[in-house]
Amino acid sequence: MYNLVRFLQKHHFFILFVFLEVLALSMLSRSHHYQRASINHRTNNLAASIYHLQSHISDYFSLRYQNTILQKQNAELLHKLALAHLPEPQPDSILKERLVDYIPARVINNTVNLRNNYIIINKGYRDGVARDMGLISADGVAGIIIGVSEHYATAMSLLHQHSVLSIRFLKNDQIANLHWRGGNYRQAEVVDIPSHVIPQQGDSLVTSGHSFVFPEGIMVGTVDEVMESEKGNLNSARVRFSTDFGKLRYVYVVKNVYQNELDGLAKIKTNE
Amino acid sequence: MSDLFYNSLRFVGLMLFQVLILNHFMLFGLVNPFVYILFILMLPLAIPGWLLLVLGFLTGYLMDIFMTGAGLHTAATVFMAFMRPFVLRLATGTKEPETVVYPGLSQMGARWWFSYTLSLVVLHHFVLFVLESFSFNQLGYTLLRIILSVAATEILILLFSYFFTLRNLKR
Repeated sequence: MYNLVRFLQKHHFFILFVFLEVLALSMLSRSHHYQRASINHRTNNLAASIYHLQSHISDYFSLRYQNTILQKQNAELLHKLALAHLPEPQPDSILKERLVDYIPARVINNTVNLRNNYIIINKGYRDGVARDMGLISADGVAGIIIGVSEHYATAMSLLHQHSVLSIRFLKNDQIANLHWRGGNYRQAEVVDIPSHVIPQQGDSLVTSGHSFVFPEGIMVGTVDEVMESEKGNLNSARVRFSTDFGKLRYVYVVKNVYQNELDGLAKIKTNE
Repeated sequence: MSDLFYNSLRFVGLMLFQVLILNHFMLFGLVNPFVYILFILMLPLAIPGWLLLVLGFLTGYLMDIFMTGAGLHTAATVFMAFMRPFVLRLATGTKEPETVVYPGLSQMGARWWFSYTLSLVVLHHFVLFVLESFSFNQLGYTLLRIILSVAATEILILLFSYFFTLRNLKR
């Protein structure tokens, strides 16, 4: 017993180091998969409110740019509204129902320079934001909500090594997955395009609607460069995001009105 | 008492500077300076080992809360705090340098201070960026990030310590 105490006394610096380091690494390993990150994530109120204060000030610097974007989006919406007034060929009650809802929010903190980036917004569960909802900007997809507090929520940005987005080529309906490999925050990669499909530069990519997180057909980006596989298995393409993550300010949380029902279905399917 | 006061002040100041300004600093997604570790570097020499480690843990943990990355900065900063006594011994060449009570530019002199800070910044950033990318297939990219970020952090640390030195002289 005495020897043990002596041993602990002598090596307490090293033992404490090992203990703290193991603690830190276990926190890290728990956050290393999207599912687990999302379960363990808590949006911290202190951090969020400091960022909120900061964005109050920094917002003024980008007002002109943000106004232009919102104006552009308004114009598009007005255009769609005008089309909506046309008489429908066959009134269908199902199609008239609203499937998704958009909760407007403001970005209070956002990074693009790290390997794993997160977006903090000023809407929380009080405003109806919940985990696994999508986050879009006026230009396209931005991220997925992984944590909510009362007034704030954290989203995993598309600029994250665990974020994989199911996309569809608008031209030929080919489905593929989009990843971000770090580095340039304007560019992502699609690596699983079948060899018979050869995308062209400038092709548009939209969300596939397969994940329920994003409704179908939301803009993701355009093809910048096509890299055909030499061995003839899978082609890949470099994609330019339509969202400028560096200037993200006004965003919308995508709320699927039938989320509970879809979750129930998924449960039934997995129980079988 | 004044130790506690100055170190707390430095802690709050560096944290705010890191979170509000430096974390928004971006250069091709490659340069991420982390100056908040200067707090650990400048803790008095007489600090007990366990307190050094615990402060390293708390500093890293708070940074993680702000950066939304659980454990990343905690692991790197605890490691750096652990290495501090050894690096100090290597950099100054003696076990307990008699002239130094507070590590800093004024008491250690430019050469000691530079090698001491640079070694610890390299250790911290290496652990941080390797854990962040968590794969070896982007090793070149990770190494480039480490080198550029170390350079940026070191330059800022030297600027800061120059500023702290001026203030010490006036006092």
